[in-house]
Amino acid sequence: MGIEPGRLHFSWISSAEANKFVDVVNEITAAVKALGPNENFLKTEARVA
Amino acid sequence: MLAYIDKIKEISNRLLKEGKVDMVIGFRKGTVPMMNEPCFVKTPEDVDNFVWDSNCGINLANYLTNRKEKIGIVAKGCDSRNIVTHVIENKIKRDQLVIIGVPCKGMIDRHKIEAMFETEIQDVIEADDKIIVKGQGLEKTLNKKDVLQDNCALCIHRNPVIHDELVGDPVEEQKDLDRYEDVRKIEFMSPEEKWRYFDDLLSTCIRCYACRNACPLCYCPTCFVDESRPQWVGKSQDPIDTRTFHFLRAYHCAGRCTDCGACERACPMGIKVRTFTRKLEKDCLELFDWEAGLTLEERPPLDTYRPDDPDDFIK
Repeated sequence: MGIEPGRLHFSWISSAEANKFVDVVNEITAAVKALGPNENFLKTEARVA
Repeated sequence: MLAYIDKIKEISNRLLKEGKVDMVIGFRKGTVPMMNEPCFVKTPEDVDNFVWDSNCGINLANYLTNRKEKIGIVAKGCDSRNIVTHVIENKIKRDQLVIIGVPCKGMIDRHKIEAMFETEIQDVIEADDKIIVKGQGLEKTLNKKDVLQDNCALCIHRNPVIHDELVGDPVEEQKDLDRYEDVRKIEFMSPEEKWRYFDDLLSTCIRCYACRNACPLCYCPTCFVDESRPQWVGKSQDPIDTRTFHFLRAYHCAGRCTDCGACERACPMGIKVRTFTRKLEKDCLELFDWEAGLTLEERPPLDTYRPDDPDDFIK
């Protein structure tokens, strides 16, 4: 639908895989931070204010 | 067409007289051209209201949701597939229904025809494969196949998939169609292009929800867009809210949509809303070999688990 690649992530993590969870979350935050703020989903009114 | 009408009347009359059904749902002539409307007939005297022509694009399965009575229902190919979906989703029981199947050669697109003429269209007459459009100082003959609804032109299930009665011999199914050329075109776009494409596509949306209301799949007691506690999506015409509505609605139809075209037909702005559902339809076909509403025997892909599900998007 036009969302930038890297903003949306899917993962399957068992409740027993704490380390994987941490790794995945770190990876995702890094990837999304690198992309910067998501301007696409800002409402126009908010931009004016 | 006329033979169909007689047969629909005859069957409905019989069903009502014998008490096999409490009512028959079909079409009657609309008050404006190209807009036949649903008609609920409860007595044999009223069956003469029924009509059938190429303006019966509304999906009648929409009127079956949670009904308790015994119902005779007139069903084209797509209607019958939505009836199957309704039965699978427990919205109606199969034994409540007498399905009057109508082999269908497609419905005409009122948006297309209206766009062809400057003057108001006052009458549309059908003769074989020709459509005669009349208005003030206007009379023009069109080929039906040039003005079919987009989904009908791409239809590969014209004959009802289930029926108890059939009003005519099955029609020939269309073969060797490339059904997803336009979807592939969008798939090849870059994310930015897609974003702009959908912005453009939805720019005229007035959030009237006609697409949702016409859709037999949209039967939730409270739709997510009407919910206010919590409010899932803004109610404004802000492009983001509009986009959220359309994408979420489409996703709710994943693996269920039969591409009946009711949404697109209902849209007062002529937005090609099928663009969304067709991508999901294509995915279901390619990933799960699934076409909605073809059989009562199989569960849809979204409520079955298969160890060999394609899931390469999950890390």
